[in-house]
Amino acid sequence: MTDYFFLIPVALALGAIALGAFMWSLRSGQYDDLAGAAERILFESRDGPDNTARAHGDKPSHRN
Amino acid sequence: MSCCAPSAELALAMADPHTANEEVLLASRIIGDGVRQTDLSVPGIHCGGCIQKVEVALGALPGVEKARVNLSSKRVAIRWQADKPPAPFIETLNKIGYDAYLHDAGTDKTEETLKELIRALAVAGFAASNIMLLSVSVWSGADAPIRDMFHWISALIAFPALIYSGRVFFSSAWRALRHGQTNMDVPISIGVLLALGMSLYETFHHEAHAYFDAAISLLFFLLIGRTLDHMMRERARTAVRGLARLSSRGALVVQDDGTHAYLPVNEIRPNMHILLAAGERVPVDARVETGQSEIDCALVSGESLPQPVAPGAALSAGTLNLTGPLTIVATAAAKDSFLAEMVRMMEAAEAGRSVYRRVSDSASRLYAPVVHVTALLTFIGWMIVEGDLHRAATIAIAVLIITCPCALGLAVPMVQVVAARHLFESGVIVKDGGALERIAKVDTVIFDKTGTLTMDRLRLMNRNDIDLAALAIAASIAAHSRHPYSRALVAAGRDNAVTPVALNDLSEQPGAGMQATIGTTTYRLGRADWALTAAAEQSATTGVVLSENGRLRATFRFDSDLRPDVREAVLAMSNQGCRVEIMSGDRDEPVRHLASDLGLAYRAGVSPADKAKHIADLTEAGHRVLMVGDGLNDAPALAAAHASMAPATAADVGRNAADLVFLHDSLLAVAQAIAVARNARHLVRQNLMLAIGYNAIAVPIAILGHVTPLVAAVAMSTSSLLVIANALRLQGWRSRKEPRGRAPAGDISGRALAMEKAR
Repeated sequence: MTDYFFLIPVALALGAIALGAFMWSLRSGQYDDLAGAAERILFESRDGPDNTARAHGDKPSHRN
Repeated sequence: MSCCAPSAELALAMADPHTANEEVLLASRIIGDGVRQTDLSVPGIHCGGCIQKVEVALGALPGVEKARVNLSSKRVAIRWQADKPPAPFIETLNKIGYDAYLHDAGTDKTEETLKELIRALAVAGFAASNIMLLSVSVWSGADAPIRDMFHWISALIAFPALIYSGRVFFSSAWRALRHGQTNMDVPISIGVLLALGMSLYETFHHEAHAYFDAAISLLFFLLIGRTLDHMMRERARTAVRGLARLSSRGALVVQDDGTHAYLPVNEIRPNMHILLAAGERVPVDARVETGQSEIDCALVSGESLPQPVAPGAALSAGTLNLTGPLTIVATAAAKDSFLAEMVRMMEAAEAGRSVYRRVSDSASRLYAPVVHVTALLTFIGWMIVEGDLHRAATIAIAVLIITCPCALGLAVPMVQVVAARHLFESGVIVKDGGALERIAKVDTVIFDKTGTLTMDRLRLMNRNDIDLAALAIAASIAAHSRHPYSRALVAAGRDNAVTPVALNDLSEQPGAGMQATIGTTTYRLGRADWALTAAAEQSATTGVVLSENGRLRATFRFDSDLRPDVREAVLAMSNQGCRVEIMSGDRDEPVRHLASDLGLAYRAGVSPADKAKHIADLTEAGHRVLMVGDGLNDAPALAAAHASMAPATAADVGRNAADLVFLHDSLLAVAQAIAVARNARHLVRQNLMLAIGYNAIAVPIAILGHVTPLVAAVAMSTSSLLVIANALRLQGWRSRKEPRGRAPAGDISGRALAMEKAR
């Protein structure tokens, strides 16, 4: 019985972490251009994920 | 040569030097910190090489902070410092061989909806997997205290997850109910909420059965269907938006003090003077004041040949100025112009069309009352038999859960997504699932002529009357012009493999033609009254001539070329049981010619209003019409028809009104779309039958009170998987049929490539 007390929270926490990671990756625009990401891996220059999507989503008040 | 290196010549031909910087400024938006962002759509981006080329070229421009290519949507986001004038983005891209068009900002709301759906889906997936994990131990016989604890944990996960992920359905159901209607989301919401409520009650009272797993996995499956459906529509929208804009955003206006200013279209008032360069579209209805040119009206009136204009001539908004610069006087504001008139007629036509109810909606109209009445009767029945309120309620809710339209919610979107993907791969964009349902039912297909049955480029008709030497000279001169006639001459020269001739003193006379010398001989290619000196010859000749020191050397006649596979497509459509006819705004003669050639009924010289009316009449007579057209003048007809299709080269308005857009030249796309849509309808029906069959088995079990959470979970998952598997059959269906089709896949994609390069 006592095993449950840490096993279940651990299981749930792992799931929650995965969910959080997915939400973060979605929000930071990593799924915006799947075809492009596959190509960019071959580029030599430093090239992180773009935050254009964040500009789209987070600052709607600036749109005109 | 890789896909991403269009020839320099092509880039030159496509370059539009008149996309003013003001236009870029108008379409950009401030994203904070003194930075503006401009989105360009660049359909030519194909691979990693393209990404780098575009980003490097744009990044090197002054004031540009960052240029980022999105390969999936074929767009570039450019961020630049707002305190500087915009750099020549489009020109830069043209120079390295890419077409670029301004992309409308502010249409990105649907992307937010998609993200919302994906987030809901992720939460539901997380909750469903965890609750299932706990449920398995409950099903396998956990003893009471552990079962209770697991129920409580499930409740803790399920409650917030259901509220968060269920909002999609709850809000839609609430909207429908408030308007006194019902849709698919009403039974879903009722089922899920009742299941949640009952499970919470059971958990609270330490009972054996809680349906958290059923409720959340139901939501998970339904969200999959909803998300797929949305992605399909989003993809179509992106693809359509990526195509070239044909209407102008603004124009260069001469102000009272003599200075020039670039004004957006809706600020142009009547009597303003507008400078219209060659290659620009007429922004509002106008009259020519000075200058001579030729006007391409193909999209506006269906006239296939360029029309000469001189001072005093009236121009419709949307026509294209081909050769010379013009000064025009606006005669109407944008809202009163031809374009706006077409939009109004379209709205009227749409309002007149009977509202189409999608299969899933009409199914749910039947479905919801049946399910709710069954549940209610079950409750009453058990109350009469046993009189135990708790037991009766539990069983009634179990009935609701088991009949919740899980498979039904997936049955239709799954098939349509698979069908739309198929069509997308062969170059047909489907706007939404309803379009597929409608196109499956058509029995009459009406084609516009110019730009639909024919290509939007011209062809030399009297090649056999012209000696090769004359053709060689004409083709060499024409190679220096972008006029449609010139392009046709160049193409004819290429087809006959003529050797180019060296020319001197080449000059272009706007509105008249081109002049060049070879040795001491002067050649003129253009209008007869300009190229020829003898008045008698001038009046006797029509069309485009090549003159040698003022004497006639050759005359050329042009007409538009048929689209590839027109005959095959017409035959295929007749075999599908569709009546095909032609309806064009062009003159009688060319239309009659084409119609008799293809053996079809025709109507010529039809006004936009009459086009829409003819379709309304046919609809009245019980026909379901598929309208295929590309022009502004077709837009009301497209809106009035039961289903509509437009080529990618169509005017913006028409393309937006059409249900389907085909990207490739071949007209077989129309027949193919009908075929796929009919297959899809067949599969949708099968899927609905499967869903009904499932209910026929499951409902009696539920009514008799034998449904436990385990039975519910198994039944629902099986039926959903069955429906998905059945939908995927559409894929196999087509690939089996492919070898027998007249256009093998490789052929079509090759043509697609050529077409994409040509644009």
